[in-house]
Amino acid sequence: MTALPKHPPAKRLGLAIDLDTCVGCHACATNCKEWNTGAISAPLTDVNAYQAEQRGVWFNRVFTYEVGGEGPQARTVHFPKNCLHCDNAACVTVCPTGASYKRSEDGIVLVDHDKCIGCKLCSWACPYGNREYDEHVGVMKKCTLCVDKIYNQNLAEEDRVPACVAACPSKARHFGDFADPNSTVSKLTRERGGYDLAPETGYQPTSKYLPPRPGQRGGAAASTTREPSLAGAGRFLKWVDRVLTR
Amino acid sequence: MHPAYSVIFFTTASGAGYGLLVLAAIFAVAGLIPAGMWLGLVTLGLALGLIGGGLLSSTFHLGHPERAWRAFSQWKTSWLSREGVLAVVTFVPAGLFAIGWVVLGSVTGLFGWMGVAAAILAIATVISTSMIYASLATIRQWNNGLVPVAYVVLGLMSGAVLLELLARGFGVHRVEIDVVAIALLVLGWLVKLAYWRTIDGMRPRTTLATATGLGRFGAVRLLEQPHTEANFIMLEMGYSVARKHARALRAIAQLTLFVVPLAATIAAMLVMPMLGLGLALVAVGALVVGLLTERWLFFAEAKHDAMVYYGR
Repeated sequence: MTALPKHPPAKRLGLAIDLDTCVGCHACATNCKEWNTGAISAPLTDVNAYQAEQRGVWFNRVFTYEVGGEGPQARTVHFPKNCLHCDNAACVTVCPTGASYKRSEDGIVLVDHDKCIGCKLCSWACPYGNREYDEHVGVMKKCTLCVDKIYNQNLAEEDRVPACVAACPSKARHFGDFADPNSTVSKLTRERGGYDLAPETGYQPTSKYLPPRPGQRGGAAASTTREPSLAGAGRFLKWVDRVLTR
Repeated sequence: MHPAYSVIFFTTASGAGYGLLVLAAIFAVAGLIPAGMWLGLVTLGLALGLIGGGLLSSTFHLGHPERAWRAFSQWKTSWLSREGVLAVVTFVPAGLFAIGWVVLGSVTGLFGWMGVAAAILAIATVISTSMIYASLATIRQWNNGLVPVAYVVLGLMSGAVLLELLARGFGVHRVEIDVVAIALLVLGWLVKLAYWRTIDGMRPRTTLATATGLGRFGAVRLLEQPHTEANFIMLEMGYSVARKHARALRAIAQLTLFVVPLAATIAAMLVMPMLGLGLALVAVGALVVGLLTERWLFFAEAKHDAMVYYGR
C-alpha cells in the first residue's frame, strides 16, 4: 500500500544544505548524475543529448537567485534542489500502483520502477518539482538519497554518503539522521536556524536548508566607481598624466 | 499544466457516458422512456462506449499501459486508484441493467435496482475522477470544491444533451427531458462562471520567497535556472500557451458549451419533430466543441507551485 508509514521512521535520513557556502559549481548535480546513471535508477536518460531541445533526467538541479533586490544589500544565492524526502509525502499517497513508497526504517522515498505505470501523478503532487519522468523508460524516477551507496558494504565507511555530498567542494551538503538530536545535521539545523522549503504546503520535508549568514554589510563600498586621484603624485607623474590624457 | 489530449478525451467522454447512463437509468426506471430494445441498445451502447473509450484513452498517456491493472490496488489512499476500481465496478450493475432493458425488455424489480446502483456508482466514479485533480494541494486552480461539482454537473449535462438527441431520434421524447436538460445547462453555466471567478481571485499560496525561504532577506528573483533548455518539470507544469488567449477561449467555451445547446434545446421544443431532431443534433455538435475547449482550459489554466522555482 502507498500509505505513509504509520509511525515516524526510526531514522529520518536527509540533507542539510548550506546556502551560505554553496558556490553554485554544479558538482553535486554532476556527480549525482554520474552515480545514479549507473546504479539502481539507471539509466538517467538524456533525450536529444547532442542537439537542440535537449532534456534529461537529473535528480539534482542548481538554481541561482538574486536576493535583496539591487544595491548594496543584494546578494547572489546558489540553491541546489533535490528530493527532500518529506514526512507527509503526497507523492507517495497519490500513487495508484504502490510503486511509490516511503521506507519505515529510514524515511527515504523511493519508486519501484518495475511497478510504476508512468502516470506522472506523483510529479503533479510534488510542490518542489523534484520528481523526474524518464520518457525513454516510461517510469518516474527520483533522488534515492543514494540508497545503493549509503548502505553499500563494498565501499569504505567514509564513502557511504550520497554522491552529491561526496562531491561538494565547499562542504555545503551535510548528510545524516534528523531523528538523532546529536547528529551533525540536527546540530547544524539548530545552530544555524535550518528551515523547511515552502512550509505552507504541509509536506514536512526532512531535509533542511541553512540560511546565508548575515555577512559584512554596510562597510566600505568597493572602490570600483571612485575617480582615480593624482594626490601624492610627483611632477614627473603629473606630466605623464597630462601626456596620456591628451 | 500540460493538457494531454488522451486525458482531455478521457475526462469528457467518460463524463458524458456516465451522465447519459445516470439519466437513461433514472428515466427508464421511472417509466418516462419505454424499455424498447433499440432505444436501450443505442442509449446504453453509446453510454458504455463513451465510458469504455474514455478509460481506454486514459491509458494512452501512461509510460507502461500494460501495467495499468496495478492501478486497482491502492484505493485506500489514491483517488486515481479509486476511480479505476469504481469504473470497473460500475460496469457490473450497468451491464445487468443493459441485459434487462435490451434483452428482456424489463427495467423493473432487480433490473430497476441495478439501474439505480449503476447511476449511483457512475456519479461516484465521476467524483473520483475529479478528485484526482481536486486533491492536489500543489495546483490551486484544481484544489477547490467547485472542481468535483463542475465534473459531476458537466457530466450529467452532457448526458442530458445526448439523451435529448436519442429520445427525439426514437420518437420517445418528453418535456421532462427538456426540463432536466435546460436546468442542467443553466446549472453548468453558473458553476463554470463561479469556477472562473474563483480561480481569477486566487493568490498564489507559494511564492519564490516562501519556496526558497529567502524572502526574509528581501525580494527574490531568479538569476539563472539550472540549465538552458526546458526540462520535464517545465514542459509538464509550465504550459502557458492557453493563458495568453484564456479570455477568448472562455468565451468560445461558454458559447459552444452552454449558449448554443441551451438555445437549440429551447427552440427544439417549439418546432416540429424533424426540425427538433436537427436542433438536438446541433446542440450535441456544439457540446462536443465546448467540452473539449472547457477541459483544455481546465488543464492549461492550472498553475503548478513548483514553477515558482523557475521564476514563473
